[in-house]
Amino acid sequence: MQITYFDNNSATQLDPRVLEAMVPFLKENFGNPQNMHSVGAVAKDALDNARKSVADFIGAKQSEVYFVSCGSEANNFAIKGIADANAQKGKHIIVSAIEHFSVLYAARRLKKIGFEVTILPVNQIGEVNLNELKAVLRKDTTLVSIQIANTEIGTIQNIKELALLAKANGSLFHTDAVCAAGLVPIDVNDLGVDLLSFSASQFHGPKGASALYVKKGTRITPQIDGGVQEEGRRAGLENIPAIVGFGSACELVKNEMIKNSASIKELRDKLIEELPKKVEYVYLNGHKNNRMPNNVNFSIEFIEGEAMMLLLDSKGFMVSSGSACASKALKMSHVLTAIGADPAVGQGSLLISLSKYNTMADVDRFLLEFPAIVKCLREMSPLYAHFIKTGERQVAGPGTDYEHDHDHSEK
Amino acid sequence: MSFYSQKVMDHFSNPRNVGEIKNADGIGEVGNPVCGDMMTFYVKVKDDIVQDVKFKTFGCGAAIAVSSMVSEMGKGKSVADAMKITNADVAIELGGLPPNKMHCSNLGADALHKALEDYLVKKRKNKEENKSGCGCGCG
Repeated sequence: MQITYFDNNSATQLDPRVLEAMVPFLKENFGNPQNMHSVGAVAKDALDNARKSVADFIGAKQSEVYFVSCGSEANNFAIKGIADANAQKGKHIIVSAIEHFSVLYAARRLKKIGFEVTILPVNQIGEVNLNELKAVLRKDTTLVSIQIANTEIGTIQNIKELALLAKANGSLFHTDAVCAAGLVPIDVNDLGVDLLSFSASQFHGPKGASALYVKKGTRITPQIDGGVQEEGRRAGLENIPAIVGFGSACELVKNEMIKNSASIKELRDKLIEELPKKVEYVYLNGHKNNRMPNNVNFSIEFIEGEAMMLLLDSKGFMVSSGSACASKALKMSHVLTAIGADPAVGQGSLLISLSKYNTMADVDRFLLEFPAIVKCLREMSPLYAHFIKTGERQVAGPGTDYEHDHDHSEK
Repeated sequence: MSFYSQKVMDHFSNPRNVGEIKNADGIGEVGNPVCGDMMTFYVKVKDDIVQDVKFKTFGCGAAIAVSSMVSEMGKGKSVADAMKITNADVAIELGGLPPNKMHCSNLGADALHKALEDYLVKKRKNKEENKSGCGCGCG
């Protein structure tokens, strides 16, 4: 059966050229870059070259790039590292309601040790409002963290203007660029940010290599203490094969991004245009135009997301969903909640994230198969039956009380 | 799909007894679309034996599989025995459920019980109406 991978915001296929660059470092070039001998020196050169490629990719200096293991680590490093380093100056942090959990829960962790966190709401299409940010900035605000784009609903934020506001207030600005890097151009000077997180795994590089950009002169407290790696700011033996892959992925995408994103956007637009024509009662989530070129997110009414994913999987389509059942936490996605999605309708959420390896044939095949899947689930659905009979949407039925406590912080 | 057992996947992909029963003897509805799980069960009962069970479910793979399994387990049983079906029974019949999906099995068993309770309430009402003759409870 043909596999059509439509979940690139979760993981991407390695570009064969990236793999080629990595292989020597998984075989004969196994050294530790901290060592003085010749074997170590080969690893050190590779590390330096990768750092140059990664820095160039975002318009930064090499000394401003810190390698970490994953996007979550980059975000934790930013949030906790900045909060701690500036604690004397102030203890107020601002984050948006639709940040990745690694930002939200890092901020929540700070709350537990005496920091104040303001969560900025977003509007129905996921945008942070400039005036609302202005209203909550205080003298003691040391950090604002707002993502370039949202991995679930694709909405792109006005980072330039938001960062300017923070700067005018004397606050630092961090942006999570994990889902945006490799699809839209990123230049830290143009954006005016002080910190930026991004990961190789999002644009056909390997897992295990991410970076935090920290503008020169920014004080930040290391989160992993130990050896002298990363200028003493992040200890730990560097994942050389993955970092080499990261560098290679950056070089490739720097040259190919404009062309790739244009093609991907065509596929996205076809899905957004055609899906509502093939299936009734579907609602686009996120900004219609100002959204990531690879992101398609619809709520499919009257059916549940995990069941939809399973049926799509049986037809070879790999997608994601923001439904409660699809999350291990059994809560509807916090992003859909933040944009005010109807809690019942949001259960039928379908998330497709495309890549350069998807084709128009993939899109056409999906549009062919999807209506039957929706039909099958709607035929089973009491909500759909009720709607067809009465024209009304059932809001809530009598419930069986069951406890489910899935507070993330307990884990 | 390694998340669910083969039996769960079978009942999800080929659910038994999907539908409604016109003039059902009992109807039971549980769950809440806000939580992502909702089940409506219909039963047909004759001589105290469950003749037919049908269901409609809005929910995940586990919810649909559980509904299918519960409907099969209920069919042919006496009302009393069908009332004794527990969520643990359902989970065992399905070859196990992931821990965070066990509540779906609660819902399935509860929906069937609710339908049977509805049947019993209706049955009691009919009996009382027959006793008093005029149906206003004056007898």
